[in-house]
Amino acid sequence: MADMYTEKVKDHFYNPRNVGEIKDADGAGTVGNPVCGDIMTIFIKVKDDRIIDIKFQTYGCAAAIASSSITTEIVKGKTLDEAMMLTRDDVANELGGLPAIKMHCSNLATDALREAIKDYRKKKKK
Amino acid sequence: MKRIYMDHGASTPVDKEVIDEMIPYFDKYFGNPSSIHSFGREAFDAVEESRSKVADILNADADEIIFTSGGTESDNLGIKGAAYLNKDKIGGKGYHIITSSIEHPAVLATCRHLEKQGFNVKYLPVDKYGIIRIKDLEEAISKDTFLITIMYANNEIGTIEPINEIGRIARKHDVLFHTDAVQAICKTPIDVGESNVDLLSVSAHKIYGPKGVGALYIRNGVKIYPLAHGGGHEKGLRSSTYNTPGIVGLGKACELGKTRLKEDMAHLKNLRDKLIKDILKIEESYLNGHPEKRLVNNAHFRFTAIEGESLNMMLDEKGIASATGSACSSKKLQASHVLMAIGLKPEEAHGSLRLTLGRKNTEEDVSYVASVLPDIVERLRKMSPLWNR
Repeated sequence: MADMYTEKVKDHFYNPRNVGEIKDADGAGTVGNPVCGDIMTIFIKVKDDRIIDIKFQTYGCAAAIASSSITTEIVKGKTLDEAMMLTRDDVANELGGLPAIKMHCSNLATDALREAIKDYRKKKKK
Repeated sequence: MKRIYMDHGASTPVDKEVIDEMIPYFDKYFGNPSSIHSFGREAFDAVEESRSKVADILNADADEIIFTSGGTESDNLGIKGAAYLNKDKIGGKGYHIITSSIEHPAVLATCRHLEKQGFNVKYLPVDKYGIIRIKDLEEAISKDTFLITIMYANNEIGTIEPINEIGRIARKHDVLFHTDAVQAICKTPIDVGESNVDLLSVSAHKIYGPKGVGALYIRNGVKIYPLAHGGGHEKGLRSSTYNTPGIVGLGKACELGKTRLKEDMAHLKNLRDKLIKDILKIEESYLNGHPEKRLVNNAHFRFTAIEGESLNMMLDEKGIASATGSACSSKKLQASHVLMAIGLKPEEAHGSLRLTLGRKNTEEDVSYVASVLPDIVERLRKMSPLWNR
């Protein structure tokens, strides 16, 4: 197999940013399932409609871990509306590209982020 | 950086002695073995000498060996060749094949292809170690069964199948018995006579020979139909100009493998057992496959809450070459059919690690792997939402 991952993917896989759990998170979203081999949870802290802190936990391949890591980096400091606009292509592009078969990993990362934002908005309404 | 190769189940380096033996057949003795002149004859002699060496390691006769392009072709030729010939026996046997659910894709995909052609295939289940049940086999045999194809040893988890018993049953019911011995050869003694094997697949690159060459053992008297038609090489069963250097390499690899078998087996078993003992010290780590009935060079593990491709990449960063049965590393994004067949859940199968040892591995290599693996497992578990400790 040729080196299927870019240097950026490897950097985020070997040195993932924002790993962990936020115990008092304002919102959390989990997507994926163990049958497919990917599960991702994203935790956010929100202030004035902005993501002020974000962490992730991922069970999955290098592409899944790198996608989660870079997603947290991209949206930290962004407004919730901006974060909601993030697409899987944005994540993949930021990583310098992902193999076609691994594009669902970047999809999972944006899905987990949206779930976390939805969770925050739902809690806020109450 | 220190680099350690523990993926000998995928491929092996070509032995220096094998390379030396092959080199003259690229230029000095380049003749076509089918040619009548002296250039052809010297190449012909080398091909025939190799045939004897391959036969020797299987305890077969030289005229029972057909050279092919490798394990996949041998499996295809053995299975389809038997099927296509038997199909013509109207009213007789010829429509039922028995195989196992843990075969190499070269066998499984060939069987699925034959199903589309109207053959009936029974995929036998296996127990939690990956061993077929003899009772299931006997029950599966019907008057239509003409072929049993069950691997000698599994390529993923290393489990060795009860070949002699399968052979006895095949013989008793007058059914052909093919076995894919690609992983087993040079790691366990093979005797086609004692095991009642009729067709057996061999690959050179798993036994310190070159890629792109293999062999099919066909018991004298067993008829199969060719897949490649042409100049009538190999008794008309496999037309194609002889790959002389490759064939010479396969022959030498078999010769060395036979000479070193005892020594290799003792060396590999010692390393394998140490590796298994050390790695199972990791919390929630498990051995896949049978504790004893396994290839001497195969150690296959699973770790709770982590994914295999990530594990392979972390090990690669430390210079260690390994493999996994995780979906994420496959082109189909499905967990290994072997690990599913032994009853693992998908999430258990995804967390698997295959380490396959080779002649050049040392105790230091094993110690190094055992020293870096616990930290890697811990790093990945710290990232994992499935590890809540």
